[in-house]
Amino acid sequence: MSTMTFGRAINAGLRKAMEEDPKVVLMGEDIGKLGGVFRITDGLQKDFGGHRVIDTPLAESAILGTAVGLAYRGYRPVCEIQFDGFIYPAFDQIVCQVAKLHYRTQGKVRMPITIRVPFGGGIGSPEHHSESPEAYFTHTSGLRVISVSNPQDAYTMIQQAIASDDPVLYFEPKRRYHTKGEVDESLDLSLAPSMETARIVTQGTDVTLVTYGPLVPTARDAAVAASDEGISVEVIDLRSLAPIDFAPIEASVRKTGRLVITHEAAQSGGLGAEIAASLTERCFNYLESAPVRVTGFDIPYPPSKLESHHLPDLDRILDGVDRAMGRPNSLSGLEG
Amino acid sequence: MLRNETGPAAGSRNERGQDLETVQLISAAGERLSHPEFDPWVADVTEAQLTGLYEDMVVIRRIDTEATHLQRQGELALWPPLLGQEASQIGSGRALREDDFVFSSYRENGVAYCRGVDLTDIIRVWRGNASSGWDPFEINMATPQVIIGAQTLHATGYAMGIQNDGADSAAIAYFGDGATSQGDVNEAMVFAASFQAPVIFFCQNNHWAISEPVGLQSHVPIANRALGFGIPSLRVDGNDVLAVLAATRIALERARTGGGPTFIEAVTYRMGPHTTADDPSRYRDANELEDWAAKDPIARVAALLQSKGLLTTELQDAVQAKADAVAKEMRAGCINLPDPAPMDVFANVYSTPNSWLDRQRENYSRYLAGFSTASEGGK
Repeated sequence: MSTMTFGRAINAGLRKAMEEDPKVVLMGEDIGKLGGVFRITDGLQKDFGGHRVIDTPLAESAILGTAVGLAYRGYRPVCEIQFDGFIYPAFDQIVCQVAKLHYRTQGKVRMPITIRVPFGGGIGSPEHHSESPEAYFTHTSGLRVISVSNPQDAYTMIQQAIASDDPVLYFEPKRRYHTKGEVDESLDLSLAPSMETARIVTQGTDVTLVTYGPLVPTARDAAVAASDEGISVEVIDLRSLAPIDFAPIEASVRKTGRLVITHEAAQSGGLGAEIAASLTERCFNYLESAPVRVTGFDIPYPPSKLESHHLPDLDRILDGVDRAMGRPNSLSGLEG
Repeated sequence: MLRNETGPAAGSRNERGQDLETVQLISAAGERLSHPEFDPWVADVTEAQLTGLYEDMVVIRRIDTEATHLQRQGELALWPPLLGQEASQIGSGRALREDDFVFSSYRENGVAYCRGVDLTDIIRVWRGNASSGWDPFEINMATPQVIIGAQTLHATGYAMGIQNDGADSAAIAYFGDGATSQGDVNEAMVFAASFQAPVIFFCQNNHWAISEPVGLQSHVPIANRALGFGIPSLRVDGNDVLAVLAATRIALERARTGGGPTFIEAVTYRMGPHTTADDPSRYRDANELEDWAAKDPIARVAALLQSKGLLTTELQDAVQAKADAVAKEMRAGCINLPDPAPMDVFANVYSTPNSWLDRQRENYSRYLAGFSTASEGGK
């Protein structure tokens, strides 16, 4: 076990994957000498060379499009999208090519491409640097979408993503890059939980609180605060956003009868809607109250002086827990 | 303002800069023209090989015509004819080595023929049986691309892989004049130039992107554009199979010896509709079609063979017999294609099991099973 930051854990995971498979190549803007704007690839070009850690021209569609060609050639490209809001120029290549080539070719061509996306807000950046675009991709068949919430998962799951023969979007909560945690670097990947499994972070009996990525620590704090008021919250970290591991959520909701989902992304058409609908289908008769969503608003990402209003925080999550519990809350009198 | 002309890209000189020459080795009348730079690249083409190129062009025109008939007869949902572009596709396709890799659009069925594709595989997609026809690794040709220009990036990435592997093969991207307006094609040229990747950008300028004339896509000859990326560019008469063969060989040699990418503009003409669903009479002049009919790629090789005394009745009969046999084989393959099984709709979305899809598959399977139970019950 060693203590390292979230960002360092991704770096260590990338290094391990590159050591074990010479076909793993990293591609992206400023990822070489600079080590990426967040330093996630720090030192890797020096150690593996410019042919394996490729500083690309500034064109996201081309990063993904050439990754497709490299995958055809037998490589396993790991593409860095510098910021969430810069992924859209690559949208066509991701959605029409990366996601669909395996289906299109009846399984003849595999696309073992990993797309790393620093995402989410809370760092006081200008527009296009704080977005949560994950639902665009969870809605696209052929992709696997994961998000990590702690250094150990960051280290393990980047390697699992790279080892996957299907394309994986790996969403990194950039505001947690400096969080430190214990990482077991000797962990045998084949013994680690699959990247497709959700994890119970905090056990509880009254409310199931589902989240992922940057809000996992916030949700955990909310559970502690709620327990001071005598409410027992079970926090679930999805880890995989597509497909979602519904079994543990279902089991939890059957136990608690109440479901709260929180994410930074906008509410309408978001993952919260998918989770609420799926859980309602699966265990309607066990629900004591309607599922509650605590999310970002349906707005463009706001200027940084307003982002604290947009991002769900501990108090807004607790307000959502109160709604699920039928306790006085900000919408009291409006429900139903 | 829209210019309803084929514009400067059609071959006229342009005052904005010096145009590249449009190289011709066989005139429209079938005379062999000499060209000091290109001649050495086809000096080894024997009379038998020239006859072979003629046969290839006749055969793929026959394949193309047969597929159009199959569509008209309701056997195919759609077909994108290559009529008029036979020299561009055969000249380049026959220049390639087995270990080169092709990334094409949906119109390059002549190139697929050169790669040795199974004829049934050519029409599988257009009958609606599958999303692709062949195994790309069996003939080293990717599944044809429908998103315009996207494949140029795939070719460039593949070429970067070739370079990393230290191999001496090349990747070739086929696209049209319309595609040159796409960001992906321009980004592909940036990447190819930056990394000096062994890739060939083979643009068939067939003058029309559905209803839009090439003058709407480019205000300068398309071949000139590549120069701005620092990519050497060649412009050839795309209806001249020898000129196309020579240009492709020049580009391949450069790619194999570390010289990086080459752009080739093959100036040709789409004699037919964009696809069988299109009606070109709504947007183009019949006179233009007539002009280009006089530059037919097959007729000029026939005239050249004639002048050499090679176009015997035996040869013509043999070529026609082969073309007819190939067409017959394709028709039989098409009509006898078994329909896919209903549950194939779920196959190969992922390479490993996916819990969401597994659930939908299972539910749909139960739903379908309900019908068979109901029909059995009714017996």
